[in-house]
Formats: sequence, structure tokens, C-alpha cells
Amino acid sequence: MTPSALLSLPMILCLGAAATGLLTPSRAWPRRWLALMTMVSLSVVGAMLLVTVRREGIQSMQVGGWAAPFGITLVADLLSALLVLVTGVMGLTVVSYSAATLPSSKEAGAYYPLVLVLVGGVCGAFLTGDLFNLFVWIEVMLGASFVLLALEARQEQLEASIKYMSLSLMGSVVLLCAVGLLYGAAGTLNLADLAVTVPGLGTPNLMTAVSMFFLVAFALKAGAFPLFFWLPASYHTPPAAVTTLFSALLTKVGVYALARVFTLVFTQDAQLTSTLLLVMGGLTMVTGVLGAVAQYDMRRLLSFHIISQIGYLIAALGLLTRSALTALIAFLIHYIFAKSALFLVSGATARVTRTYDLHQMGNLYRTQPLLAALFFIPALSLAGVPPFSGFFAKLAVIQAALRAENWIIAGTAVVVGLLTLFSMMKIWREAFWKAPPEDQPQEPTRPLSLGDGVLGPCMAMTLFMVVLGLGAEPLLELADAAAGQLLNPEEYVRAVLGGRP
Amino acid sequence: MELFLAITVGGLFAAGFYCLMLHSIVRIALGLVLLGSATNLLIFTINGLQRGFAPLVPEGQEALSPPFADPVPQAFILTAIVINFGLLALLLVLVHRAAQETGTDDTRALRTELKDSKQ
Repeated sequence: MTPSALLSLPMILCLGAAATGLLTPSRAWPRRWLALMTMVSLSVVGAMLLVTVRREGIQSMQVGGWAAPFGITLVADLLSALLVLVTGVMGLTVVSYSAATLPSSKEAGAYYPLVLVLVGGVCGAFLTGDLFNLFVWIEVMLGASFVLLALEARQEQLEASIKYMSLSLMGSVVLLCAVGLLYGAAGTLNLADLAVTVPGLGTPNLMTAVSMFFLVAFALKAGAFPLFFWLPASYHTPPAAVTTLFSALLTKVGVYALARVFTLVFTQDAQLTSTLLLVMGGLTMVTGVLGAVAQYDMRRLLSFHIISQIGYLIAALGLLTRSALTALIAFLIHYIFAKSALFLVSGATARVTRTYDLHQMGNLYRTQPLLAALFFIPALSLAGVPPFSGFFAKLAVIQAALRAENWIIAGTAVVVGLLTLFSMMKIWREAFWKAPPEDQPQEPTRPLSLGDGVLGPCMAMTLFMVVLGLGAEPLLELADAAAGQLLNPEEYVRAVLGGRP
Repeated sequence: MELFLAITVGGLFAAGFYCLMLHSIVRIALGLVLLGSATNLLIFTINGLQRGFAPLVPEGQEALSPPFADPVPQAFILTAIVINFGLLALLLVLVHRAAQETGTDDTRALRTELKDSKQ
């Protein structure tokens, strides 16, 4: 298979399967198996893409044969390919978890096609080579997420979706303004072409102004301080499978887009953007973790932790050194798995206790020993305790901050790590350790077993974390190579524009 | 003409953001419509208004010579209108559903968090 076919396959697979899924009879099994098969193929395509890019350098494809910068360009560097692979794996996890947890009436509906559209939009955003298409793919992804969030139409979901939708649409407006302004100033939106044109425009202040539009738009999508309000307002309402999908993919697209535009296009005022990103990152870490301390709803607590972990990513981007970008990529991968594991476990505990309220839980350690272990490992990993993946990822961020002599970020990262541990221990104490609340009639529950299908995905995520922790070296090596590509845009430009200077 | 359109864009943005801050969901939706139109108009204006210069390569020449009306921003606007339309339709369905649920379009009536915390 030619590399260029590989580049378009993720989107073709997902959107094609979504369309086919809607045509199949409205039963649970055909849609479920179609989604499962698509996610397996997507993971395989992602892995092949990663191997190809690792071996042969950055790959690009001009859709319809229109030469860049006039046509639509798809590009895969190591970061994009790695993220497509992770997206495939997460899609597979979420679909198999949905098959185990959702009622079959829901499975028979538009649920799987919507998941496929969302995953297709995410892959498109990772692989696109121009900014307008980035906007379109983000809209595709958001459109699917709006419907997934409101699918059950309970009142709290309606409230959440209206908040989420109006804030997201506002973000899209800002993004579209940014795209329009940039086109007006530079006359192109192809990322590689922009990397060549923007430094020669002679209007660095105008570019800085435009870059601030992009910063606001992508920071809103990423859930960074002070634009994160939509996230804790909405992530606790849909079924656990949907929350997992959102937390694994949606905010990461924002972070990816920030990393892409601020390493490739807007490098003219690195001092200002780097300071802004560092301040934003630091405040995001702190507000996220402090917000979590006050929560007693398991998923709301975990949602606030999404924000605080996004802070690490943005701070690492702000440092903009090679070791910081390496840390960013390693952290991104670790964090997608850790957070998903926690949300999946929260769904499993809710299945046993029928609530997400920590006050009403208890004693799960005794009744659900396996589930307790599956919570304990990702919780420690998220907090950054060795030997799990979180330790190396967090260590890499802190080392990068120390190397850049940014003591404030390094200190904040350490303190926020401790507070994360504190709030993970709060869940552990409340849900698993303490005696069950007295007023709660305790029906004897049978321990969940692998046969229920709920624990399988949790186990897979936990296994990734242990593997990435014990064998962190290959991941860090790959992240280092990807960071090298981000910091040297020449290869990216050459891959897209060919021989053109 | 540019000045007039620039002022219009500013006015539309102001009106749109004002509507977003109101308590009525229908007005929030209207605010988003206004913001979408403001953005489209902004893209249209910022890329230069040209009247009567179609982007056609004249006979005997190899490339376009300025001035010409750039068709690309118009393609952007067209795409943006379609996306905006689809998402707004979805938002209106949500608003309708919310109105059925609560009997009003007041965002305060939708709030479920306060009820939770009183438990």
C-alpha cells in the first residue's frame, strides 16, 4: 500500500463505516460489530502509518492531485501518526466498553455511527495540512460530540449540552475569524506554505495579533485556564463510555493544534507566546486541581483533573525546548490512557453502586477487589507515582522545566502532582476504603468479573500504563524524535511543498 | 464601503455577545447566529472588496493579474455557512427539547446543580 493511501484511510474508514452503519438495520449487533471492526482497522492503519513515518520521514498526500499549497493536503509526521494510533486504540476501547455497558436499544440507534464520525473528525484534525480543513474537522468532531452528549435528553444532559454547545460554537467563531484574518494577511492557509511565508511578511505585530485569536480558540477547545468552564459543566452527564471518549480525544485536539501552530507558523514572537502559554499552563494546573479538591461527584472530580493535566501539556509547550516537547508528547500519550482508565473505572463503580456520589459509596475494596486494583494503578499513575507511566511523563516535564531554569513551573508541577495524589486518595478513601454509609441499604453485590466485559477495557488501559511505565525508554525515544520534527519545520515543509523553496 | 462593513461587523459582534449573556436560550441561539454572520462578513471584508474583477485569466495571459476578487474566502464563507446552519439546527432542537422539559426558555430553570447540592 502506498503511504499516501495510508494518510487518507483513517478518515475514509471512519466516515464510510458511519454512513454504512446508518444504512444497516436498526439492531445492536451489526452496528456494534461494524464499529469494532473499523476501530481495529483504524488501529492497524495508525500503526502502519507510524512505522512508515518512522522509517521514511514525514509523509504527505495532495488530495485529488492538486499541488500544495492550492489543494487539500494531508500530512503525517511522527506526532500525528502516533496520535492517530492512540485514537484508534481508544476508539476500540470505548466501543468494546459501550458494547458491555449500554442498553441495546441505545446501541441500535445512532450511537456507533456518531462515535465513528467523532473519531473520523479527530483523525482528520491530526492529519490535515491546512488550517481551514483543521477548522472543518474540528467542527465535524464537535458536531458529533454535541449529539452524543445530548443523546439521552435527560434534563442535566440538556443543560450540559446547551452550555457546551454555546461555548464551543463561540470558540469556533473565534477560530474562523483567526483563519479568515490569517488568509487576508498571508494569502494561504497551507501550514507548510505558512511556515515559509509568515516570517517574510514584514508585519510581525499583525501576525502576533492573529496568533492570539488562534491561542484563544484552541485554548478553549483544549480546556485551558481561563476558558475551561464548559468542561466540568458537561463531562459528568453522558454515559461513562462517552465521557471516556471525550476526555481521551476532544481536548487533545486543542493541545495538538496549539502545538502545531506555535511550532510551525507563529514563531515570530516566541518570547510573548511562550510567556503566555507558561502563565496559562501554570494557572490551568492549579485551578484544575483546586477545583477537584472541592468535588464529591466522582466524574466531576475527574473532569477537573482533565483540566489540571492539560495545564502540564500547555506549560510544556510554553517552554518550547526539545526536552519540553518530548515531555509533552510522552505526557499526552500517558495521560490519554490514565484518564480513560479512571473514567472507565468510574463507570464500572457506578454500575455496582448506581451512583457517582462519593458520599454514598464505600466498601468497594472488600466487595470488588479487582476493580479496586484497576482503580489504584491508574490513580497512582495519574498522580505520578513510580513505576507507572505517569512518573516518567511527569518527571520529563519537571526536568524540562528545570533545564529551562523555570523554577516556578517546576515547583507548580511538583505541588500539583501532590494535590493530584491527595484527591485520588480521596476517591480511594471514600469509594473503596470507608465503611458503607449506614442509611444506604447494602444489597450484597457479586464482584464484577471479566465476563461482564466492563473490566476488559479497564484492564487494557491499566496494562498500557504498566508497560509504558516499565518500558518508558522506547516511548521517550519516539517522543524525542517527534519533538525534533516539531522543532525543525524544514522537513515538514519539504514533505509538503516538495522541491519548492 | 470597507469602513461601513467594518462598523457593521463590529455591531454584529457586539449584539451577538450581548445576546449570549442573556438568560433566554432562544436569545443565546440568536446570538450565535449573529456571531456566525459577523464572522462571515469579517472574512469577506478583510480579504478585500473588489467589484467587477472576476478571477478569470484573460485571453493570451498565463496568470491572473491584480486586481481580482479572490474566490477562496468566498468558498470559506460558503463552507462556514453550511456548518453553522447544521449546528444551529441541532441547537434549536436542543432548545425545543429543553423548552418541553421545563416549560420555559429560561436558562435558570434548566439548572440542575443547585437541586443536587441541596440534597
